[in-house]
Amino acid sequence: MSESRFLPNFESIAPFSRLTESGILDSGESPMSDEAVLEALRYMTLTRVFDDKATSMQRQGRFGTFSSVRGQEASVVGAASALDPAKDWIVPQYREFPALIRHGYPIENFALYFMGNPKGGTIPANVNMLPMQISLAAQIPQATGLAWGLKMQGSDGVAITFFGDGASSEGDFHESLNLAGIVKAPVIFFLQNNGWAISTPRENQTAARSFAERAIGYGVEGVIVDGNDLLAVHEVTARAVAKARAGDGPTLIESVTYRTGAHNTADDPTRYIDQQELEKWQQKDPVERIKNYLRSRGIWNETLEQEMLDSCAAQIDEAMEIARNTPLATSDALFDHVYAEPPQRMLDQKLDWANRNGGAR
Amino acid sequence: MIEAIRECLGQEMDADSRVVVIGEDVGVLGGVFRATDGLQARFGKERVVDMPLAEGVIVGSGIGLAMSGLRPVIELQFLGFGHQAFHQIGQQVARLRYRSQGRHALPLVIRSPFGGGVRTPELHSDAFEAFYTHTPGLKVVAPATAYDAKGLLAAAMESDDPVLYLEPLKGYRLTKDEVPDERYTVPLGKLRVARAGTAVTLIAWSAAVNVAERAAEELSEQGISVEVLDLRSLNPLDIDGIAESVSKTGRVAILHEAPLTGGFGGELVATIQQECFYSLEAPIIRISAPDTPYPLGGVEDLYIPDVDRVVDEVAALAKASA
Ligand SMILES: Cc1ncc(C[n+]2csc(CCOP(=O)(O)OP(=O)(O)O)c2C)c(N)n1
Ligand SMILES: [Mg+2]
Repeated sequence: MSESRFLPNFESIAPFSRLTESGILDSGESPMSDEAVLEALRYMTLTRVFDDKATSMQRQGRFGTFSSVRGQEASVVGAASALDPAKDWIVPQYREFPALIRHGYPIENFALYFMGNPKGGTIPANVNMLPMQISLAAQIPQATGLAWGLKMQGSDGVAITFFGDGASSEGDFHESLNLAGIVKAPVIFFLQNNGWAISTPRENQTAARSFAERAIGYGVEGVIVDGNDLLAVHEVTARAVAKARAGDGPTLIESVTYRTGAHNTADDPTRYIDQQELEKWQQKDPVERIKNYLRSRGIWNETLEQEMLDSCAAQIDEAMEIARNTPLATSDALFDHVYAEPPQRMLDQKLDWANRNGGAR
Repeated sequence: MIEAIRECLGQEMDADSRVVVIGEDVGVLGGVFRATDGLQARFGKERVVDMPLAEGVIVGSGIGLAMSGLRPVIELQFLGFGHQAFHQIGQQVARLRYRSQGRHALPLVIRSPFGGGVRTPELHSDAFEAFYTHTPGLKVVAPATAYDAKGLLAAAMESDDPVLYLEPLKGYRLTKDEVPDERYTVPLGKLRVARAGTAVTLIAWSAAVNVAERAAEELSEQGISVEVLDLRSLNPLDIDGIAESVSKTGRVAILHEAPLTGGFGGELVATIQQECFYSLEAPIIRISAPDTPYPLGGVEDLYIPDVDRVVDEVAALAKASA
């Protein structure tokens, strides 16, 4: 791979890739061991199983509005697989299930969150992540500060923040890139360009040919990668992580992928999506592509596929069982964890609510 | 109610070519709640614009569009994301007329759904009206019925002052009262007596009006006659209308979805005790959410004041004495 791919390159905006669409590796060496690829594939499979489960739970009224990862599995997993959960931080948007699970966020908590139980927000003490972000782009300045703080304290940990093509129109994105460039924060801005922000196409977010080239205006490196190519995403992210660890500052990665599902379970994409374009992208399925790669390496077959599917299904079922058996939240869940030192007035309300004898006084 | 809003937008756009609609997903999709459904097909991409995802520039450019001679209607997809535009709304929209000493009018309407009860994802559902009523220069309107939704929106669009027009997420599809086909306006700053009564005045706005009405119905079965006031607009506030009711009942309960502390209910309490002190027979009560962040959907029904809570509180108020 030539260095220039990591520099703003106005001649070409072709995404960096390693695998052909049919899963054949280029002439270079793979950036991931077979073992690492298999592990990544398992996270991708786990995601498919979870997405299906969550969507059907939503249809039954047991889950709230839910956004699946469909079509973006290689993008999310490829990025996550370049991180060291022991010292690196994830500052998510909401479409990064496998990255959070790999980092140590329990699946049952993820499920509880979508079941509307505040307990689902619990992040275990040793898991380096911020809560999922619903307010678009709000996480990006936070990731910048987090990374900057790690650097100030001599850690070689880095922060990666995920966000969409839509979110990148917010001021928070631009202000963050600007700051990160100035303070050389060890942060990776991972922009998932999935073509859409609900019904708004990518063309309505920027007149630039790519999102990545915005980086140059902030003195930050930008790179475009084929987001459906696990190996390429991993390689590009690993380089950005190594660079950040070495003290050489931030990188903006534009991962070009496609949301092949609905925006979320409340959305009806048939109202706006171009069916032909969708089908074109469905042909580029990231999971199939990496399986084809493994087949070409002679280490994938139907037995292994079935085993992986079964083990993922078992893992999801187990987590769902825990979630289901978690007691429903009581009114205490409104009040717990709001403050370190709660004001008396709120504590009075808590008691009042528990007694269900009326409103706040 | 959503149909009433859509119909009003269509009629006003038909009548006045200066009206443009901008916002997130308002075009082909017709808005995530379909308030603008079909408008882009009717009026074109120039007048119904899918904006880049940035509330600050949506509102800020709306100011500029208005100054250029257009009459923009901005859709904020959810009021929870009004924060991203608050510097434009609070510091700019609300004060442009004043800062230019009358030179620049700002005929701008910001429509936004707000409030809870429909299991939205996090950070979508807070009732943030008090942030905006604490912003002089900005009118704040919050209809509870489909009839008012159409008439108040038309009035807001007619006004040369900027108006924040709040739509109840919970009432969008549930509220289905009769709406005339023709154009009409409902004046800003005139409350509606949603139910006449004699013993207690129960004040609400937006989605809470429905809760208040249902509670009043139950209370009437207990022999307590409750007058429900639907404020319709928080600024301008119909102080005379409130005083008229309170002078009759002498007892007041205020119901809102927002947290207690700093909520608009506090402003009403202060105003009523000042205007109607000698009519009051008992301390004014507020029925509200607790002083905590809007929670996840699984517990939102515990957070938003429900009919039972209102019935209990108002029944106690009816018996209380000063
Ligand atoms: C500040 C803010 N504005 C609006 C919304 C409503 N909203 C939720 S998701 C979404 C589209 C997001 O698109 P993108 O950032 O590309 O992420 P994707 O969903 O495609 O992964 C919008 C407009 C929001 N959550 N936050
Ligand atoms: Mg997107």
